[in-house]
Parts: sequence; C-alpha cells; structure tokens
Amino acid sequence: MSDARPAIDLAREFIESWDPATPREESLRARYDAGLAWVARPAGLGGLGCAPEDQRAVEAAFTAAGFPDNNALANGIGLGMAAPTIFAVGTDEQKERLLRPLWTGEEIWCQLFSEPGAGSDLANVATRAVRTGDGWVVNGQKVWTSNAHNAVYALLLARTDPDLPKHSGLTYFALDMRDPGVEVRPLRQITGEAEFNEVFLTDVVIPDTDRLGDVNNGWLVAMTTLANERVSIGNSDAEVEQTMVDVVERTWRSAPESTRERTRDRFMSLWVDAKVADLAAARMKQQLEAGKPGPEGSALKVTFARLAQELSGLEIELLGADGLGYGDWEMVRPTIVEFTGRDAGYRYLRAKGNSIEGGTSEILLNIIAEKVLGLPPEHRPDKGMAWKDSPR
Amino acid sequence: MSADLLYSDTEDALRESVRALLAATCPSERVTEAYDGDTSVASDAWRAVSDAMELAGLGIDESLGGGGATSREVAVVMEELGRVVAPIPFLTSSVIATRVLVSCGAGDLVRTLVDGSAVAVLTVPLTTMDLGDLTLPTVAGGLVTGRVHAVAGCELATLMIVPALDGTVLTLQAIEPQSGSTSVTMRSSFDMTRPVADVGFTAAPATELARGADAESAVRAGLLAGGAMLASEQVGLAEWCLESTVAYTKQRNQFGRPIGSFQALKHRMARLWIAVNSARAAARNAAVLVDAGGDEAAVAVGLAQAYCSDVAVLAAEECVQLHGGIGMTWEHPAHLYLKRAKADQVALGTAAHHRAVLAEGLTPT
Ligand SMILES: Cc1cc2nc3c(=O)[nH]c(=O)nc-3n(C[C@H](O)[C@H](O)[C@H](O)COP(=O)(O)OP(=O)(O)OC[C@H]3O[C@@H](n4cnc5c(N)ncnc54)[C@H](O)[C@@H]3O)c2cc1C
Repeated sequence: MSDARPAIDLAREFIESWDPATPREESLRARYDAGLAWVARPAGLGGLGCAPEDQRAVEAAFTAAGFPDNNALANGIGLGMAAPTIFAVGTDEQKERLLRPLWTGEEIWCQLFSEPGAGSDLANVATRAVRTGDGWVVNGQKVWTSNAHNAVYALLLARTDPDLPKHSGLTYFALDMRDPGVEVRPLRQITGEAEFNEVFLTDVVIPDTDRLGDVNNGWLVAMTTLANERVSIGNSDAEVEQTMVDVVERTWRSAPESTRERTRDRFMSLWVDAKVADLAAARMKQQLEAGKPGPEGSALKVTFARLAQELSGLEIELLGADGLGYGDWEMVRPTIVEFTGRDAGYRYLRAKGNSIEGGTSEILLNIIAEKVLGLPPEHRPDKGMAWKDSPR
Repeated sequence: MSADLLYSDTEDALRESVRALLAATCPSERVTEAYDGDTSVASDAWRAVSDAMELAGLGIDESLGGGGATSREVAVVMEELGRVVAPIPFLTSSVIATRVLVSCGAGDLVRTLVDGSAVAVLTVPLTTMDLGDLTLPTVAGGLVTGRVHAVAGCELATLMIVPALDGTVLTLQAIEPQSGSTSVTMRSSFDMTRPVADVGFTAAPATELARGADAESAVRAGLLAGGAMLASEQVGLAEWCLESTVAYTKQRNQFGRPIGSFQALKHRMARLWIAVNSARAAARNAAVLVDAGGDEAAVAVGLAQAYCSDVAVLAAEECVQLHGGIGMTWEHPAHLYLKRAKADQVALGTAAHHRAVLAEGLTPT
C-alpha cells in the first residue's frame, strides 16, 4: 500500500477552506464536486478513483470538523442500491444528472420491485411499460415499497415484452415519483408504523433517457441492485448503527443474576455466532473491494437476519416484566428505518422483516444451493415459456 | 399409566359453541383495534363469554354457583381463546384470581366472579412464577401501600387481590380499585390484547383474605392453575398459526406453483405440526393433573410451560415468515399472534425459568 493518500490531503484542504456552517446543500454539493463524496468512485462523479479504505478517514475528518453529513440513513436505497446500479449501467448523462442529488440527499430513492404477484418470484412482475415515441407509459401496482412516501426517484422494474420468457421481457427504469400518475398509499406494518407503501402507477410517463440499461435487459440490472441490497442489509456497519448483539449484550449484563445464569449459554452462543458473522463480513468486504458482490452477500444476509431475530427475541425474555411495554403503536410514516433503536419490543418486531425484505432467507438459501453449490434447481413449470402464457 | 389426554365428546361440544361465540365477538379486525386504544372489543367479548355463555365460573364447584367442570374443560376454552387472541381477562380473573379466592375460602367473592358481576386480578407482574424475588406492597392497620408493575388483567377489574407483607408475613388483601387510594396506569403494551398496568396503593383500605401459609398456598394454587391454562392458550394459538400458514401456502403461487409445494416449506410446516401436537399432549397432561395439586401437578405444569411457550412463539414466527410481506402487515392478523405468543413466553415464568425449577427436582441427592 502506498503512503500517498490524496483523498485525505484533499479533504483537509477542503475542510480548511470551507466554513462548516455553510448551508447544508451548498456544502454537500461542493464536497461532491471536490471528489470527496465516495472517494473510490471516478473523478467527476463525486470521487477520486482512490482506495475504498480512504472513505472512512475522509468521513471521519468531515464529521470531526463539524460538517453536515448526507444523512445516509434516510437514503439507504439510494446510496446502497440506486447508486451502484447507476454506476454499473447508467449512461454518462444519467450519471451526471442523477448521482449528485442522490448523494447529497436532495433526492431520496425507493425501490419499485415487488408486486402482489411478484415477491420471491420477482421476475413475474406484471407492471407494463409500453413504448410511445421517445418514452414509455407505465401502468401497474407495486407493493411493500419502503420509503416511497419520501422518495423523489424510484428504481422500477417493468415488463416491456410479455411475449418473451419472464426473465427476458423486463426493463429497468429510474422513475420520477413526482409524476401525477404515481399514487402512494401507506401500508401499516406490525410495528404500528407505515414504513412501506402500496404504489399505484397509472399512465405514468418515463422518458427513454431514464431507462437504465438495455430494453429487455432489466433482470440482469435488477440482479446488480439486489446483490448490493443484500450486501448492505447483511452488512452490520457498527459505525452507522449499534449492532443487535451490542444492544442485547448490554441487556444481558444488566439482567438479574438468576436470569443471567439461566441464559448464559444461549446468549453466549449467539454472541459467538455474531462475532464470527462480523469476521465473515469483514472477509467478504475484503473480497468485495477487489471485485463484485457475489453470493457471499446472500449468505451474510441470512446469518444477520437469524441473529437479529434470535437476539431480539432473547432480549424480551431477559427483560421480563420490563419487556412487556411498547413505546407507541401510533401509525407514523418514518423517514429512517431503525433496526436496533427504540425498545426491545420494536426491535423484535422489526427484525422479523430482516428475513423477508431484499429477498427472503428461503430464497437466499436456494441461491446458495443452486448458484454456489450447483445443486439441481427446483422444477419451474414456467421455464422458457412466454410470460403471457405462463402459469401464475 | 398416563392420564387421558384426549378430548371427550363433551369437550368437543364445548369447543364448538365457544368457537362460534368467539367468531362473532372476536373477529381479528376488532381485536386489532385494541392496539389503537379501543377497549370496547374487550368489554363486549367479556360480556359474551361471562354473561351469555357463563364461562367465567365453568371450572368452579357447583356449590359456589359454578359450572362444576374440571380444568380439562376450562383448558378447551383457553385453547379457543388463544385461537382468536381474545382480549379478555379470562386467564387473570376466571382462572388465576378465582383459584386464589377458592383457596382462601372466600366463597362470597367467588360467587361474584362466577356470575360475572365482578372481575378480579391477582396483583403480581404477569411474569411472576413465584413470589420469591418480588418487592411486595405492605399492609398496616388494614391499609395497603406500595406499587406493582406490569400487572395484566386490570382493565376491567373490580376487585384486586393484593399479596402484601405484614412485617414479614405474607397476606392477601382484597381491595376495590375504584377507591381514590388505588391508581391503575395502563401502559402502552407489547401485547395490547392483554395489556399490562402499573398499580399503586396509598393507604388503600383492604379486607384480609388470608395470611401466612394459607396465603402462600393460595397464591401458589392460582399461579399453578394459571400456568396449566396458559399452556392450552399457547396450544390454541400455535394451532391457528399452523392452520392459517398451511392454508396460505396452499393457495399462494410463486414460480408458477403453490409455495407450499416447495419441500423447504413443507418440512418447516411438518416440523411445526409435530411440535404443536407435542405441545397439545403436554398441555392436556397439565390440565388433567393440575386440579389434584401437589408435586405431580407442579411437574406437569412446569413441563407444559417449558415446552408450550416456545412452540407458540415458533408457530407465530413461522406464520409471519411463511406469509412473506403480508405477514409483516398490520392488516393481516399474524402480528396479533406474534405479540401474544411473545408476551405469553415470559408470562408466569420463561421456559428457561421453568427448566431451572424442573432441574432442581432432578438434582442428585
Ligand atoms: C419490511 C419490508 C420492506 C420491504 N421493502 C421493499 C421495497 O422497498 N421495495 C420492494 O420492491 N419490495 C420490498 N419488500 C418486499 C420483499 O422484497 C418481498 O416481501 C419478498 O421478496 C417476499 O415476497 P412476498 O412478500 O411476495 O412473499 P412470497 O414470495 O409469497 O413468499 C412467501 C413465503 O414463501 C417462501 N418461498 C417463496 N418461494 C420459495 C421457494 N422457491 N422456496 C422456498 N420458499 C419459498 C418465502 O421465503 C416466504 O417465506 C419489503 C418487504 C418487507 C417485509
């Protein structure tokens, strides 16, 4: 590794010449333009093309100097999924136009993938995009769309050719949520709040310049997005949020001695699993920094979902009578999703989503079995059939 | 030879009529409203169960106005209440408090519970397995002072049975919560279908029901009956979760076929079926043996609690997971079951606590 760290030098220069009290947007835009947004990305697009390890040091320098951050938690889908997808398949014009407001948080993104009939079987998407002149007209219904109520843009997967087999007739778009044909209805979830939504699309117009990737190549693009989603969900980043095992460790330590004794072995075995999972995540990150997210991301997501669920379940037992309360059931529409915040009851309920969102644990295990281990696939009655004729 | 663990014809008939009544009074949309602060479903359902069907005194001796049935039949009612997550104080009043009063010989009070004119609650935290570590209120000169946290069954209660210390002696005191010297603060609860409250007494006038060994054995009898009946609630709850999951996975298609046709899911549900059936055997055994009391009853209840509470949680968790996104919604009833199952897991002692007590019985001497 070389000693030269241009990103860090540049960050120091920036910090010296800018006032941390500069209005948020102005400051974040300038930081992006200086290449100090995501330093590993190319110059001109918020980066400097340098080592990903430098990102942490740059982030820390800005935070220490009191600069506003880009509120990453409010735009997890934008930063974790849309950005990598745009970098991977976007045109120069799209990168130029979409990435800066995405990074600064001026434009929040959501993910319009799932539909009532297309959850695990995502390739079964029925929302139609029909070509008209230099654009597309979209009709359909999406569901479980997290953060649609805050989003300005959406990653949309839509069917452009029903005569092709289901994976082949899909196209991927960036959809402007401000179109009058977009209707967002809150869907309340088991925590009481409405973090996700139903989204109805009626004659929504998308210019062809907002198509991401080639026509009918949407499935491959969606796989890029999902691989990134699984990595970001599976990856517990202790610097962003406290991890579930830390939270539950605190609860376990402060439980009465008799409770601690009865649960010692159970807690410690989860603790060991969690520490090992962190190491597996670190190892995966090292692999990733060279190449692309692979099936390891799926494996980690399965592990972190199970751990979050078992740990948060144990926590309620540890708390006894104190675990029987619940903050508030009121239906609010949050701007960020907390996984380890609030009270034990909330953590337990929210963690139930971890094995469903971004691909269920069962589907991820199928991916490992078939794609990694090469086991023969399940019988798929619709294989090779035109989507419009396939059984549903 | 083991006890008769099957359901009798009478029990089947009882189940049928209770199920019909609850279908009418506790549809899941109504039960869900409890989470938004609507308590009318609780009172309506309670009126139906206690007044219309006279179930409050089902397991009480006929000489006290009750139905003269045994805990076996009451357990069937509990299963049905679990199946709909009924938001009523049956466990806390009709099982635990009533059993405490019977044990105290408080026949007149028992009669008011049996005829539904009163609802009672033993004021201990819902998580209580024995009074061991609890800090109890105190009593002096007929006045009770102190606080108790996380008490379930307060919402309709007209009578509180308060374990209170007179010096170092345990007593049981009857208090009417309407008096100004008692405060009941309902908490926003994880399980709003069995919400918990913090109860405070400030020199509350009380009538003594029992003291010393009598008080201790009355509390023990109440909690033991509670543990046995809770196991049946857990069985009913788990059974609903399994049935609704099986039904859903038969008709939900993905990849061009019912998701229930995937062996990964079939095996999950088959395992759950084994667990629910085992739980039923454990709960039936506890229901048969609990009335006789003694060591055998304690072991049977401990076994049922150590087993059934985790099965109910597993069933509710599988129900959410195998429903996918729908299982995470407010609209689908799965969350009612998940919240009840999780609260039931800590109610009257966790499985870990029950296992620890059972282990004491196995310790070589
Ligand atoms: C909190 C939360 C947030 C979400 N946010 C978004 C979002 O922002 N955008 C978006 O597009 N979607 C979102 N989703 C949707 C999510 O991706 C889907 O719910 C998920 O893919 C499952 O689809 P489904 O709900 O239709 O369940 P189904 O696909 O119907 O699955 C039901 C059950 O069957 C199992 N199953 C299905 N197929 C198989 C198989 N072949 N083998 C074994 N088991 C199988 C599943 O694992 C699951 O247990 C979110 C979901 C949740 C819970």
